[in-house]
Amino acid sequence: MSVDLSRVSGARRVSFPHMGNYSIPVKTLAAELDCEIVEPPRMTRRTLELGARHSPEFVCIPFKYNLGNYIEALEAGANLLIQAGGGCRFGYYGEVQEAILRDLGYEFGMVRLVGGFSVREHYRDFKAVNPRLNVRRALQAYRVAIRQTRALDRVEDHVRRNVAFEAEEGAHDRVHAAFLAELDGTRDLRGIAALEERTLGELAAIPAERPRDLLRVGVVGELYVLMEPFSNHFVERELAKRGVEVHRFVTVSAMIDHAGRKKHAYLDRMIEHADPYLRYHIGADGTESVAMTHKLMREGFDGVLHLKPFGCMPEVNAMSALQRLSREHTFPVLFISYDAQTSETGLRTRLDAFCDMLRMSKDRRTGAGADDAPAALASQGGR
Amino acid sequence: MRKGYLGVDIGSISTKAVVVDAAGEVLARSYLWTEGNPVRAVKAVLAELEEQLDGEDVEVVAVGTTGSARELTGAVLGAQVVKNEITAHAVGTLSRHPDVQTIFEIGGQDSKIIIVRDGVPVDYAMNTLCAAGTGSFLSSQARRLGVPVEEFGERALRSKRPTKIAGRCTVFAESDLVHKAQIGHPLEDIIAGLCNAIVGNYLNNVGKGKEVLAPIVFQGGVSKNVGVVRAFREATGHDVYVDDDGHLMGALGVAIVARDDGEEAPFSFDVRDVAFETVGEECGGCPNECEVVLVLRERAFLDGWGNRCERGLTRVREHLGVAEGARAGGSVAGR
Repeated sequence: MSVDLSRVSGARRVSFPHMGNYSIPVKTLAAELDCEIVEPPRMTRRTLELGARHSPEFVCIPFKYNLGNYIEALEAGANLLIQAGGGCRFGYYGEVQEAILRDLGYEFGMVRLVGGFSVREHYRDFKAVNPRLNVRRALQAYRVAIRQTRALDRVEDHVRRNVAFEAEEGAHDRVHAAFLAELDGTRDLRGIAALEERTLGELAAIPAERPRDLLRVGVVGELYVLMEPFSNHFVERELAKRGVEVHRFVTVSAMIDHAGRKKHAYLDRMIEHADPYLRYHIGADGTESVAMTHKLMREGFDGVLHLKPFGCMPEVNAMSALQRLSREHTFPVLFISYDAQTSETGLRTRLDAFCDMLRMSKDRRTGAGADDAPAALASQGGR
Repeated sequence: MRKGYLGVDIGSISTKAVVVDAAGEVLARSYLWTEGNPVRAVKAVLAELEEQLDGEDVEVVAVGTTGSARELTGAVLGAQVVKNEITAHAVGTLSRHPDVQTIFEIGGQDSKIIIVRDGVPVDYAMNTLCAAGTGSFLSSQARRLGVPVEEFGERALRSKRPTKIAGRCTVFAESDLVHKAQIGHPLEDIIAGLCNAIVGNYLNNVGKGKEVLAPIVFQGGVSKNVGVVRAFREATGHDVYVDDDGHLMGALGVAIVARDDGEEAPFSFDVRDVAFETVGEECGGCPNECEVVLVLRERAFLDGWGNRCERGLTRVREHLGVAEGARAGGSVAGR
């Protein structure tokens, strides 16, 4: 049993950690608990400071953000916390965080969704909290949450690929913000589909100036730092500011697609993509990082950013394979580790240099400025 | 009259500057300690450059800045180009050594490796976690051993049997070094051991996973240390070339980028006499508490950074009662 309600007194107020904009579908699911939902405050530096202060120094950074979210949610009146689990240290987050928060003196209950993406096990856990829940209602909530997730991922994918080239700064962000506001609360399948279609139409209509020789960069690595922009210091946006078309393949939609029975076939496919750099699965998202990088290289991408929390074992495993791939094919891969001490300046310097490097190689290949590499740098606004 | 292009590289330890002509020839050069005051250091190098250019008919028409104080100095000088130090070093080195394949660079507080193929940088890495093996570590150890850092290299060359020093971490390297001295290892051997440790640490961390091919150019302040140069030669099995102007490559590179940028505006050395100051405070507009820094020129707002959102600059400027002023030339704004 992974639900402990003995310490919840009075009306239940449920909360959960943030990850990107997925709080919208998570709220749809949490609504099935028939209790008030306390969304944790927006991520700020305070979230990280609180989380880091009360976490073990060497635990990976998603743990610290989650803990910060919990503390800020508890301060805002939550008394029932949800945590999931996964195939690395993430599997122990719930237990350790619960112990830390109890030591800090908070009174709350904890729901640990231990079944990965198993709807059956989630239902059992949810039912333990809310006996009035029935299978039909739960399944419907799942359908809606999944549909919201897909709409969210499609819209954000479009923004990632296009925001760098918008003619008027902020145009994509405005449509995106309006979409989020409306998606939050749209809980019927048809309504979500219509919203998605309309939003994608509005995004496609934004005037853009796409250069012919634009840079395309894929972002791979550990899923939390990929999907929570605050934790990666908005690295996708920083790339876009430097005129890059950004692609990312790790999303909750993709995780749903590859969960359950499809998981093993998917991993086998990833091993095939990763060949000859990997022959065995290396844990969590590591195999995927290598496989996707190899795939993107063959598809003619200009480079890859590999993101991980400092000390993330599966991604550390992936790094040696990625370094070999990068060396053998002269394919640029920039490795970035995040922890609570990450310096914004250092990150910017590295991104600047990485984008300059991609630009110089590209111009060399396409013949532009071939006899005078530095001229190519000047053309992108001096930085 | 000839056109000149000014490049300034303001590092943690030293400030370097050059003026080049349209062909990339160095017309004037300067190299001074930053001493924790980048604005004063920049004014000092400007004075030196102006003196060297005295009598020559050169007008500076574009300015580029690089190094860790590039934003601040970029604002002060109204630079056309503010460029990261990795690109600047690659461009500078390539202008002198077009056939280079590997650039080792060890500066005061950081170290980097740049891999070049066919005249284009294709990969790089910077030290991320620790300053072990950088210039500031060397100079603090030199002080501990009572040897002027300038003599360090010569002393290392005299050693026949370098001591093994654990170079993984600054703190442990230091205690290992003290221990080796206490049990009687000769000073020369310890110094040579330190040079080896720096090279081992560099190749295992910064250079990890990179294919080091000759020709290799080694630059940055530490390249002046012949002991470290010898250790690099032994460890890589290749000749390692050190340019006499190796410490100026960042400044040279950013001068070239400024030249090729195309944007020109007359630059006056009189900027030396203008009063610049910086003020800063935490914004306080939200829990992010961004540490915002404002650069003031003659007490009026010139530029600022550290803010995560647009409101930050205005908020801090108004709170500190700083007058709105003209922002510096184009490229500096907005970061």
